[in-house]
Amino acid sequence: MPKLIKDRAVIDDDWQLLREIPAEEGLPAGKIIVPLDYWLEQRDALLARGDVGVWLSSDQAPTPLAPDLETLPVIAIDFPLFTDGRGFSYGRTLREHHGYKGEVRAIGQFIRDQLFYLSRCGFDAFAIETADPERALASFDDFSDAYSAGIDQPVPWFRRHNQ
Amino acid sequence: MYQYNKQDQLLVNERAQQFRGQAERFLAGELTPQQFLPLRLQNGLYKQRLAYMLRIAIPYGTLNSRQLRKLADISRRFDKGFGHFSTRQNLQLNWPELEDVPQILEELASVEMHAIQTSGNCIRNTTADHFSGVAADEIEDARPYCEIIRQWSTFHPEFAFLPRKFKIAVCGSQQDRAAMHVHDVGVEIVHNAQGESGFKILVGGGLGRTPVIGEVINEFLPKQHLLTYLEAVLRVYNQLGRRDNKFKARIKILVRAMGPDAFREKVEAEWVYLKDGPNTLTAEAIAHAQSFFQKPPYEVLDDTIEESTLQQQALADAAFARWLKYNTSRHKQAGHAIVTLSLKTTGYAPGDATAEQMEVVADLADRYSFGEIRSSHQQNLILPDVRKRDLKAVWEAATAIGFATPNIGHLTDIICCPGGDYCSLANAKSIPVAEAIQRKFDDLDYIYDLGELDLNISGCMNACGHHHVGHIGILGVDKKGAEFYQISLGGNQGKDASLGEILGPSFSQVDVPSVIEKVLQTYLDKRIDGEVFLGTFRRIGIEPFKERVYA
Repeated sequence: MPKLIKDRAVIDDDWQLLREIPAEEGLPAGKIIVPLDYWLEQRDALLARGDVGVWLSSDQAPTPLAPDLETLPVIAIDFPLFTDGRGFSYGRTLREHHGYKGEVRAIGQFIRDQLFYLSRCGFDAFAIETADPERALASFDDFSDAYSAGIDQPVPWFRRHNQ
Repeated sequence: MYQYNKQDQLLVNERAQQFRGQAERFLAGELTPQQFLPLRLQNGLYKQRLAYMLRIAIPYGTLNSRQLRKLADISRRFDKGFGHFSTRQNLQLNWPELEDVPQILEELASVEMHAIQTSGNCIRNTTADHFSGVAADEIEDARPYCEIIRQWSTFHPEFAFLPRKFKIAVCGSQQDRAAMHVHDVGVEIVHNAQGESGFKILVGGGLGRTPVIGEVINEFLPKQHLLTYLEAVLRVYNQLGRRDNKFKARIKILVRAMGPDAFREKVEAEWVYLKDGPNTLTAEAIAHAQSFFQKPPYEVLDDTIEESTLQQQALADAAFARWLKYNTSRHKQAGHAIVTLSLKTTGYAPGDATAEQMEVVADLADRYSFGEIRSSHQQNLILPDVRKRDLKAVWEAATAIGFATPNIGHLTDIICCPGGDYCSLANAKSIPVAEAIQRKFDDLDYIYDLGELDLNISGCMNACGHHHVGHIGILGVDKKGAEFYQISLGGNQGKDASLGEILGPSFSQVDVPSVIEKVLQTYLDKRIDGEVFLGTFRRIGIEPFKERVYA
């Protein structure tokens, strides 16, 4: 089973990411993460099926998911290039604007050097493409504090240290 | 100036450690060159034509003598004994070895310095009026707000992978000395009718291949909202800025495409979520930032007495008198002056300083200016707090190191990027062009007669030399593999900012000085009543210049 970093630990990933919906054989069994467009098309059927999460491409803001945030256990955000930073804002707005409490998962081409910032933007799961995810865990601790407010520490530095 | 507390220090130490690990992983082949690229850029490390270049941050152009000595020391130990003060108020080293960079960052951290976010598609080092806190025309000191922005933008988790770089400039004076109108965001400190501080926010200015003057999207932002509003601007840009074409990725393109009103609406809609949230500045936080920028213990002096002594000294020495007139500026504090050390001496690349020169400047700062130095986007160094009675001694010491050329704000005080001699982006060399102009126009009386004149040179359309906003701009272009130079006229960087108009077909390097001479002669022939170059240009337009140059 593929590996996932979840809450700073390496675990087996029992979710299957469907980059595309298989045309012939239909949906596989088990927990699946489907594209946003497919979710919007097949919402009722997918809700009935259960065990479904949704992934967003980097040009899809999470706004259309607003009505479903109570029910979706996983929202994955794709990084087609690790330098495409739109997902950082999506993670943050999911948590801050929409109060989303489920799993926010990074998928795609992000690298371990981004784990610290991603986790500050509300991501708590990372389908990281690396041979040794255990080693990558060290990057969560690149810094022991932060100036700006984030999801992990909503109180900015100046309210904690500069008063 | 700002002093690190334990946590600030810890963060820059951790950053140096982080980069050490990244460099090791790159050298071990664990990080690809493509992956390492943005990581090293966000630590100021570029690859140039012949070597790496390290850009060290000088936050809002403020540094102390200890830091300047460390820069001298680093340039001597890890480079070729000199550095280049850039138009971003930073210091660039041109020859560091990659293997040494982690140690250089650790050395910098030991004096509360770093190279964080001096490059890459992130929020860059915030720049400011280099006379902040001392200028006679100041409304409010920009530095405390710059420091607040520095802290907020440093390691901002959401905005480290923006569509493109993002530059913020802050100015709190009547005269704009920070080129606010040509930055991604310009923050102008203003006071409302009740005397409360706030900010006029400009967005979407910039130079580069598509020069644009910024648009005002907020006339008066009350000061407590500074960070939440900036965060809203950045969040809109991060999501909507173009990522398909690096040349259309700056915020100016987005603002232009949407129109400033639609952009403002997007920002306001985002701001609804952020306004009055935890990033709202508290009175305590602003007071805390301001506490680092209190007046130094000035001696109480009678300006009339100091001035009359100074005038006697000036009468006795014409060279000193010239320097006094052109290289010192009015200070807030009686009996004091602001000294600009000219890094624009003919024969030396504009903005360059050797380790020895840096050390002398550090000594002068300790002796005469409370240990403080500023760097300006015009690539000069400033001693902000000199007693008028010490000016003669400062002049003599500056003369001895070649930093007293009395040309500030005039023709030979040229802004010039490193150009094709160093930079891999450049189409053409810029330093030899600056030198050729300085050599041709070596008669000070002629230069003074020309009056205020900004001549800016960029070696390519990326415009690091701010050629679009020079009264005379020179741009290096590539014409079938040969280096040519396009001249533009009428640019200006102040509050009435304007972009230069292209004169016409470009010239070979050897012809540039004589073309400049014809431009200047046209101005001298046409000016009326002590008009400055820009005034004449704006009155008569570009045609008379064209006729003369291409006759």
